[in-house]
Amino acid sequence: MITPSASASASGSASTASAADVPAGAAPGALPSTLGLGMSRSMLELRAFFRERDSMVFTFAFPVIMLFIFGSAFGSGEIAPGVTFTQYFAAGMIASGVVLSSFQSLAIGIAIERDDGTLKRLRGTPMPAAAYFLGKIGLVLISSVVQTVILLVVGTALFGLDLPDTVDLWTRFAWIFLLGSTAGTVLGIAYSSVPRSARSAGAVVSPVVIVLQFISGIFFVLDQLPGWMVNLGSVFPLRWLAQGMRSVFLPAEFEQAEVGGSWMLGQTAAVLAGWSVIGLLLCLWTFRWARRGDR
Amino acid sequence: MSTAIRVRGLVKTYLTVRAVDGIDLDVDEGEVFALLGPNGAGKTTSVEILEGYRRRDAGEVQVLGQDPQSAGRHWRSRIGIVLQTSNENHQLTVAELVHHVAGYYPAPRDPDAVIESVGLTAKRTARMSTLSGGQRRRLDVALGIVGGPRLLFLDEPTTGFDPQARRSFWDLIETLRADGTTILLTTHYLDEAEHLADRVAVVSAGRLLAVDTPERLGGPQAQVPRVRWLEPDGTTREEHTPTPTAVVARLGERFAGEIPGLEVLRPSLEEVYLSMIATADGDRATSGRQHQPHATVEVAR
Repeated sequence: MITPSASASASGSASTASAADVPAGAAPGALPSTLGLGMSRSMLELRAFFRERDSMVFTFAFPVIMLFIFGSAFGSGEIAPGVTFTQYFAAGMIASGVVLSSFQSLAIGIAIERDDGTLKRLRGTPMPAAAYFLGKIGLVLISSVVQTVILLVVGTALFGLDLPDTVDLWTRFAWIFLLGSTAGTVLGIAYSSVPRSARSAGAVVSPVVIVLQFISGIFFVLDQLPGWMVNLGSVFPLRWLAQGMRSVFLPAEFEQAEVGGSWMLGQTAAVLAGWSVIGLLLCLWTFRWARRGDR
Repeated sequence: MSTAIRVRGLVKTYLTVRAVDGIDLDVDEGEVFALLGPNGAGKTTSVEILEGYRRRDAGEVQVLGQDPQSAGRHWRSRIGIVLQTSNENHQLTVAELVHHVAGYYPAPRDPDAVIESVGLTAKRTARMSTLSGGQRRRLDVALGIVGGPRLLFLDEPTTGFDPQARRSFWDLIETLRADGTTILLTTHYLDEAEHLADRVAVVSAGRLLAVDTPERLGGPQAQVPRVRWLEPDGTTREEHTPTPTAVVARLGERFAGEIPGLEVLRPSLEEVYLSMIATADGDRATSGRQHQPHATVEVAR
């Protein structure tokens, strides 16, 4: 009744212990490649993500709703010559969107998968850990791009955001986006170990993002915040991600209005890259497949 | 016949509790082996050590010739695991999940045939979140066998099944056995162990009380049949005897014909099991629960 598929011709050799010594990619019956499995995981993750309608709609809609609220409340009030708060806020929301699609969605999503046994089941299969993480990276990349496109469309159509018109600015956007997504992804994976259960995941993760938005100059213009708060916010990636997005989407003259009078792109790159490395190390040290105490 | 699982002196301690306290075990290739024991006896801990999920504190473990603690992807591709519980709630369909997981393995079974074999063909396109408890469990089994494992771990696979689903699950296990799959099963259903297992082991308080075929478990004393009949005054009489035929013959002479209410009963696996657990609990109570001298567990072979 259960018939081996065509590729099962190699299963005979798998019955001997020595099959374990066969190098990957050599003999028939070799294990599927990590990259291929990573692609397969990405497709599966995306399919599951887009089918979880309510969660998907809220994930994508939240920054847009914030944009509408702040845009309507503060309207055309200028914070610098030729720059409205709405424009400023729209650039910050694009940065927030990256954080939501990477850090928040992974920290909550993986905490749930750890709690409900998804990770444990995967651990019992020959799927390599790297393929799992590649799948998550694929999910973050696609969902952040969708998120950003939505915000760009809404921002340019309704809130006076200008799309950059030079290759230089798009290149800058690309590296800031990628570096920000990378930091958010590894930090999200690392932070997923903090919630003790799926039930607490939302409550443990969301406040981090909300507080960061307040102290990173998203909801308020950075120079309106007390100095200590700016310094505190400057420790974390979101401030730099937001500033980087402003350097892309706001008029070049706004650079003088930034804290420090500069876009500080060097620091942005350094901080985002630094957090990516820290996050990666935290993942390697702390990632667990099983629930806390289940070992 | 080679050995699929070899365990010597396995110990696992949680803080001060010895969840597994010196277990020896041999499971042959192609065998269906059942681990029985009350909740908290150490069954799942033992099985999860064999599956590579938990680290042991002492002892030797070889599963398909390798130490699960250090075995890699090749080893994992030759085992299949059906865990005790999962609360996964994906929006993915049965077919998507089974096909996807098949892709992890070098020589998987045909996913559609596997879905058919667990009786989920009608639910191929149903999302996991819409499945009933029993259907969910059958999907667990499908995901556990789709890789074409040489060795399959089943931790309480039929909990929550209705009798019909359990019967068809048993048929599936028979099919796997016929393919030469080694199966290590834990279950609370003694009839399941009796029906499926070539040998059963009884675990209590982290120790192995006995290992034998279901028919011989507990030794000859535990298997002594009873002859039951009705006396002319209507009272039920019962006699434990190793020679039931002789007793029946004697009664036949006495009643000169049909013996009223005659039954010859062999103890069910459940009765043997329950008396073993009760005896073990009693022994522990009398010797004081603390560290009793390490009783050597005889593994009947």
